[in-house]
Amino acid sequence: MSTRVNRRTLLAFLGPSVFALLAVGVVPLAYAVWKSFYYFNLTKLSRSEFIGLDNYATVLTSGAFWGAMGRTAMLFITAVPIQIAIGLCIALVLHRPGLTLFKTLTRLALVLPMATTYAVVGLLAQVMMNQKYGVFNQMFGWIGIDPINIIGDPTNAFIGVVFWDIWQWTPFVALVLLAGLTTVPPEIEEAARLETKSNWIVLRHVQLPFLIPSLVAVLILRTADTLKLFDMPFTMTRGGPGNATEFIAVLIERIGNRQFDIGLAAAHAIIMLAITVVLARIYISLFYKDVR
Amino acid sequence: MAAASRTPSRWGEIALLCAICLFCVFPFYWMVTTSLKTQVVALQSPPAWLFTPTLQNYIDVLVEDRMGFALMNSMIVSVSTTALAVCLGCPAAYALARFEFRGKTDLWFWFITNRFVSPVVLAFPVFMIARETGLRDTHIALILMYLTFTLPIVIWICTDQFRSIPYDLDEAAQLEGASQWRIFRSICLPLAMPGVAVSAILSFIFAWNELLFAYILAPKAAKTAPAMAVTFMEGYSVPYGKIMATSTLIVIPVLIFALLASKHLVRGLTMGAVK
Repeated sequence: MSTRVNRRTLLAFLGPSVFALLAVGVVPLAYAVWKSFYYFNLTKLSRSEFIGLDNYATVLTSGAFWGAMGRTAMLFITAVPIQIAIGLCIALVLHRPGLTLFKTLTRLALVLPMATTYAVVGLLAQVMMNQKYGVFNQMFGWIGIDPINIIGDPTNAFIGVVFWDIWQWTPFVALVLLAGLTTVPPEIEEAARLETKSNWIVLRHVQLPFLIPSLVAVLILRTADTLKLFDMPFTMTRGGPGNATEFIAVLIERIGNRQFDIGLAAAHAIIMLAITVVLARIYISLFYKDVR
Repeated sequence: MAAASRTPSRWGEIALLCAICLFCVFPFYWMVTTSLKTQVVALQSPPAWLFTPTLQNYIDVLVEDRMGFALMNSMIVSVSTTALAVCLGCPAAYALARFEFRGKTDLWFWFITNRFVSPVVLAFPVFMIARETGLRDTHIALILMYLTFTLPIVIWICTDQFRSIPYDLDEAAQLEGASQWRIFRSICLPLAMPGVAVSAILSFIFAWNELLFAYILAPKAAKTAPAMAVTFMEGYSVPYGKIMATSTLIVIPVLIFALLASKHLVRGLTMGAVK
């Protein structure tokens, strides 16, 4: 069901967007590859020189890179399982029949966190988690916990980032899993419910097989988005205290924008890109099988 | 888990739904109420829940702190990049949906791969290029860079929409002797308008929310609202009311658009892997 067209027509339709995306998406990458072979610091331009693979060696042997990667992995390991657990509960509740009005309202409420400007989430964290004036510590006080320095303490600041990541992305996970639940054929689910009264057995043996694609999509997209995560920790803590919340994107920003070492930042960026492309390939091979 | 109870009471379910809503909405409640507090009230410890509201913070940020200017920059950049992405993306989406050509799937995958690329990968090379071409701190630099995520979104959603339009219409028009461009412009595009609208809303949301490119590429003249908000946190006395007024002003447009496109937000974020 497709039309054969001549070259000129094809070029007229596709040319502009391909050209635009090459210009803004690929040309800068080529520039980054080129600069990644140089010592190139904006504050020491006279000392610029070709250094081959030294920048890559610096990245792969530097504590800063592996530290940031470790923190990024740690964030993923702590936040995503909680997002999936809570998200699955929310999806199961929303999937039950009845209470249509309440459920429509809940679905609208779920859309709000994930659309919120990520930088604003960082500001909210600053205000709500302040040791003295923050509402979090007020609430801790109600249950008899002394005020906690959340933003200023390395461990607590990390937990703070985990909390806001959960706040912002649990709704996304919930809605993706809800979409997965609707792929279970109703007659199969009904038949299973006649067999057993246990919701757990229905979930484990009937719904879970249909949820696998959604879960895989969640895992891959959350991995990509955790690697991208910049705005929220940056506005919340600037990567601190110390480097407690310096995730990989924040580290690259610091090297490029605050140490002005463009060559080293470029080498970081290319390594990130390689990881990203692998992720994207996996995602594509799993989810776009039917694309002609 | 809801699975535990065998005869669930409706009230339990309602309470759970309310808890979910409260969890999602409470930070917004706190943001708006804090924005209506004077600095004295905002610095009460423990925080006040009841107080006399004032709009002074909004007047301050819009007039003194040039937030109006930043919001205008955000609006110019987001609307322009969305318009550009729609103009460039619709014909491309039509071609992907209707034409047969070599390298089609590769092209398609390349568009989708852009969903995964971190802005921090592109930010510094673009910073250097913009410095050399004089595009630094201009709206144009941001409008072009935002195409890296708005264009793939438009192309993906519109391709899906074009595919859903019956091919018979094209064939009938072809028999009448209409050119491909004519078929696209007069028959398919009007029918694809719902998809175009959704993709435009999603593009706008993502462009409006973007911080990294804006922070690095546009420090002054083209500074957008999120980049402006970041600078509030620098300095010693933190003006809570003003920060939350700023946040409210930034967030309101995206929340309205998100509610309008609530059914499609997940589809956009997963590039259609989840419908």
